[in-house]
This record gives sequence, C-alpha cells and structure tokens, in this order.
Amino acid sequence: MPEREQIRRTPAERPGTSVDDAPQSSESGEKLKAELDDLLDEIDEVLETNAEDFVRSFVQKGGQ
Amino acid sequence: MAIRKICGIETEYGIVHRGIDDPNPITASSVLINSYLSELNRSGGSALGVPQIGWDFEFESPSRDARGATPIDAMPPEIETHLTNAVLTNGARYYVDHAHPELSTPECGDALSVVTFDRSAEVILERSMLAADALLPDGQSIVVYKNNSDGKGNSYGCHENYLVDRGLPFGRIVAEVTPHFITRQIFCGAGKVGSEIGLSTDEVPFQISQRADFFEEEVGLETTLKRPIINTRDEPHADPQKYRRLHVIIGDANMSEVATFLKVGTTALVLAMIEDDWVNADFRFTSPIAALRSVSTDLSMSAVLPLASGGSITALEVQMHLLERAIDWTDHHGFELVGEEAGPEILKRWSEALSAIEAGSASLASTVDWIAKYRLIDGYRERHGLSWGDARLHALDLQYHDLRPEKSLARRVGLETICSTSGIERGISHPPDDTRAYFRGACLAKFGSDIVSANWDSLVFDVGGASLRRVAMMEPSRGTAAHVASVIESSQTAAELLDQLGS
Repeated sequence: MPEREQIRRTPAERPGTSVDDAPQSSESGEKLKAELDDLLDEIDEVLETNAEDFVRSFVQKGGQ
Repeated sequence: MAIRKICGIETEYGIVHRGIDDPNPITASSVLINSYLSELNRSGGSALGVPQIGWDFEFESPSRDARGATPIDAMPPEIETHLTNAVLTNGARYYVDHAHPELSTPECGDALSVVTFDRSAEVILERSMLAADALLPDGQSIVVYKNNSDGKGNSYGCHENYLVDRGLPFGRIVAEVTPHFITRQIFCGAGKVGSEIGLSTDEVPFQISQRADFFEEEVGLETTLKRPIINTRDEPHADPQKYRRLHVIIGDANMSEVATFLKVGTTALVLAMIEDDWVNADFRFTSPIAALRSVSTDLSMSAVLPLASGGSITALEVQMHLLERAIDWTDHHGFELVGEEAGPEILKRWSEALSAIEAGSASLASTVDWIAKYRLIDGYRERHGLSWGDARLHALDLQYHDLRPEKSLARRVGLETICSTSGIERGISHPPDDTRAYFRGACLAKFGSDIVSANWDSLVFDVGGASLRRVAMMEPSRGTAAHVASVIESSQTAAELLDQLGS
C-alpha cells in the first residue's frame, strides 16, 4: 500500500488543475444559512400535504 | 491497451399511479410510455415521429457470465418481451422493465454527452407524465421519481455501461475497479434517510448511498437478488472478440448534473487506466461489502477501511490516489479516449470535489446530491424539532427525486448545472453524433416506417424485397455522423440507403 503522506499530496498542486475553494469564511457561512432559511420557507409550500400517507403508500416493486 | 470509453446510463424510475384503489405499476409504466409515444406521433408527424419500433431480442444474452460458465445457482434476468418497448430517434430505448419505466440513453462518446442525454431522459419522463395525465380519467395521475429505493427494502437501479477491451482479464477489472465503486460514493451518492437492513435511525439516521444497503456479494451475475458490486453479465452488444461492456449496477441515480458527470467521467478514466495497468496500487479491502457500508454510513467521510494486504485507508485517500494516477495517465496518453473536451473537465471537477471534501467546504451542497439533500432535510428537522424517524423527513427524501418540476426539491436546492437547455432539448429527439447511435437515430427519424426492429447492434429493414435486411452495427465507434450522415442525407429511400451501404 502506498504511504499516506504520498496519497495526501493534494492534486491542486499539479499544473493544469487548480482549486480556489478556500474553507468557508463566517461571512459566506451566514449567507448559506440565510439561503437555507429561504429554501425551507419556500419548500413548505410544495411539500406533499400528508407526509405520512405519502410515505406509507410509496411502495415499489423491486427492480434491478 | 486502453480503448475509447463509449458509455451510457440506463435508469429504472420509481412510479406512482395516484387516484385509483389498486394501482398496477406495470400497467402504469405502459400507460406512461405509450402516452408519450402517442403524443409524439400526434404532434410531430414523420419528422419527429416515433413509430413504435419493436426491440429485437435475437442476440440478447443477459445470462452469459463474464467469468465463463454460468453458475447453476445464478438467476439470469428474464426478458419480458410482451411489454412496451420503443426505440427513440435520439437512439435511446424506452421500455417497461421489472414494473418500472426504464430509459437507456444512446451510446455516448464521453461523460459530458452522457449527462446531457440523462437530462434529456428526465425531460422525456416529464413529458410522458403530462401526456399520461391528459389521457387518464380526471382525478388520476402518474408520477415518476428518479431514485433507487422506496425506503421499505425495494430497490431499482441506475446502471452504467462502459466499453472495455476484451483482452483485459476480468479478474483485474474486479480487483482494481471495486475500490473505485466503494469510494466514489463520497461525491456521487444520492443520499437516503435511514437504512433498509434493519438498523435503527439512531444507528443510521442518514446515509450517503441509496444503494449500499442492497449489495451482498462481491462478484456475480444477479441484478435483482444478492446484488454484487461487480456484475458479470457478459453481453457486449458489440464484437465479442474485441469488446466487453462493463455493466455497472452499484450507482445511485443522481439529480445533480455534476454528480452524474463525475460518476461516469471518473469511472471511464479509472477503467482506461486499468486497461493500461496504470493504477499502481492494491486497494483490495478485507471485506468489500463491509467497506461499502462503512463509507455509506459515515457522513464525516473519515471511516478507516481495512486492506487485505494489511493497513488501512480512507475513501478520500483512495480517490486522491486514483486522481493523481489519472492526471499522470492523461499526461502520457492525452484525452482522446475519454473526450478532448470532457477529459480536462473531469480532472478539474474531480480535483475540486476531493479538495472540497478534504476542507469540509459547504460548496459541495451545490454539486453533491447527498450533501444537498442532507443540508435540506437536516435544516428542516432542526427547524421543526423532528426526530430522524419522522415521516416528514422520509417525504422530503422521496420528493427530492420527484421529476415534476413544480414538485422537485432537487430543482430548488441550488444545484449547479452544466448542460445547456438547447443541448438537453436537442437530445430528446436527436442522437449523439459520435457513436453508432447516430446511425440508429438518424435512420429511425428518416426511414422509421421501413424499420421493423432495432437492437443495440443492428437495425432490420423491410424494403419490400423477398427477405428482411439486417444491418449489423458491431463497432460502437462506427456509424457516426462523420461516417454516414452524407449517405443518409443523399438517400431518398431506405432501399437506396441499403444499396449505398452495400448491405
């Protein structure tokens, strides 16, 4: 098995591939939280009305 | 030696017939597909028309086993010839299989093309629902879900197919691609609330993969029972002396375009590397099934997987290694075999996904289905103070995959898109240019009334002579637009086309 250290070398260091994904700052973290809140407000309007019935009656025949 | 990675996806969709007391999924699937075909005939005439071409089973042999003799206890899938079966002008097959509507994309030249045709397939299903609802009595409707499980222990598949060099020993495929299938879940799992193998929601509140619960063997021929990580069906639908078709049954159906692209693109690259003996690592796990489930149930993506050769490794580390080798392989071989446009994009997206996983970046919620779904469901759970066993969370899980645009939750969570609207629309009725699917689709569009049956590797014409005329298509890379577009264009009749082709 290869050494972990070797595997851990990030592909971003290679020429031809770049990653500009820094860990989330708290600012963008808050933005994401706000987006999620908006989304949760919105989906309340499209959710199946009777979740319990919907889930219980969703029965499929097994396939491949 | 590595060969061009022609590939495609076949998806079995979940189906619900609402508004009747005793729904039959086989009938509902037939109604769905026939409604679509009728609507096409009504609206498009011969140009768009899709006469219901019969599927030709003469050369299908799903019980042939890649390992050699068919094991006596194996259960080959049965072919259901009496059910609805159509071939579309985009080269796809649209049919009823195991009580589900199924759509197999045409053979595609690269992963970007596969994603587009997979999205075109979703639109075909959307339009099928509208066509069916217009024909059904008031109060009834048919709804289609692009997922892989009903949450009650019943699963249905999203299979991938890749063209592989026949010269590559099957045992090497098993040893070297299995670790990829077990670990690629971290970016292409579709996510699922709970487990279907008897574990409580305390033990498994949410898992990465829809399908991991249903796999019990490492290698085998079955697809509906005791499902194996590596399926051995040996049915190349091409010259069997030169090719295999690796039939991959372990994947989840993805709603995220990026996830579908990565699932197919990384697998095409890994298979090409295996053909060139480029993987250069032994990642065989002590127990592949246990490893599959540990990856699926570990949302932190840090599960340590014991290796048969000693030591252990994480899913991310396996993927990091495969990516490094893929970069090295493409440095030496270029991108021709996986697509000049798709190839660099696969490496870029793969690298971004792994780096984001390593950094714990929230950006993954716009590309990775299970993370997008988890964020939505966990957010809802916290807001309403629900436990993981609550039916509302299962409902959210199912509705993520609803293909009705006005109901789909996947369409609302901010997933990044990579396919153009015009490309998706074109893919509904036009085949890919760069595989034999072009010949199938273009012939159906122009000479549909003269074609009596179609198969992946042949078309059978009836041009009024004493016998039917079969055109064999044993080379998936031939019959492209570059090869046959001008001949089809210049032929006024199917007979003229056959004369020009010399068949």
